[in-house]
Amino acid sequence: MKFAVIVFPGSNCDNDSFYVLKKILNVSVDFVWHKETNLLQYDVIVIPGGFSYGDHLRAGAIARFSPIMNEVVNSSKKGKAIIGICNGFQVLTEAGLLPGSLIVNKTVKFISRNIRLKTCNNNSIFTRNIKNSELLEMPIAHKQGNFCADSKTIDFLEQNDLIAFKYHTGNNFNGSINDIAGIMNKKKNVLGMMPHPERASDSILGNKSGIKIFESILGSN
Amino acid sequence: MKANIYITYKEGILDPQGTTVNKALNSIGVKNINSLKIGKYIELELGNISHQEAKKICEEACTKLLANHNTEKFNYEILDKE
Repeated sequence: MKFAVIVFPGSNCDNDSFYVLKKILNVSVDFVWHKETNLLQYDVIVIPGGFSYGDHLRAGAIARFSPIMNEVVNSSKKGKAIIGICNGFQVLTEAGLLPGSLIVNKTVKFISRNIRLKTCNNNSIFTRNIKNSELLEMPIAHKQGNFCADSKTIDFLEQNDLIAFKYHTGNNFNGSINDIAGIMNKKKNVLGMMPHPERASDSILGNKSGIKIFESILGSN
Repeated sequence: MKANIYITYKEGILDPQGTTVNKALNSIGVKNINSLKIGKYIELELGNISHQEAKKICEEACTKLLANHNTEKFNYEILDKE
């Protein structure tokens, strides 16, 4: 299984994701610059966190027009696994691969802290190694992470088990509707989440909750 | 030809920036503001084109990139530049 970590100008969690995949999980992974137009050789695509294009206009709004994004959309149609973390989640909503939007936090501040996350659905390639309702701890670091969608979209996500993660009680610091922290598309091959599993995947950091998501994708323990 | 584009949150979308600024105004004595919303203002310089062409450019720019249709609405005014 071969992973691609997409790199936009302004991505800053690309190395973290690469490190976890290469050094901790020992899997094949390449950085792919956003101007590339081919992802055929990859099975899993990681859209990392950061500030693509400086978050100008809206977070993710300009990155979605990068040449590589056509191929990300094609890969999604083919059923390849795509995970967008933080800015990656914002890019996926702007590209229309996931519903809703990430607007400014209710506190209007950049929030950087560890949070507890509840797994809502372990019936997916991203969560199959996690128990239902299991609590994971990992950091959030964003200013535009307040998930927002109309009631019809929220009902659709809830009723079709497309919400992968919710902030645990008392941990919804950005104001996301229904405590939503991570959602999937209808086919469940695209996941977007604001918390950073790649920053909680190495034992020297004292917390390896996040690695379960990458291990789920790999189908390993 | 010139165009001014205004992008604001749709009704029902929380605007925490607007709420915070309104509270700040209230605290410094600027009172009686029922609601304050913050949006984006974008100016386009369009050269010597027709009103119809300017309108088309504004629509296309807002629809394709400038506004997020989940949360934002847009309007614009087209001005004959002096």
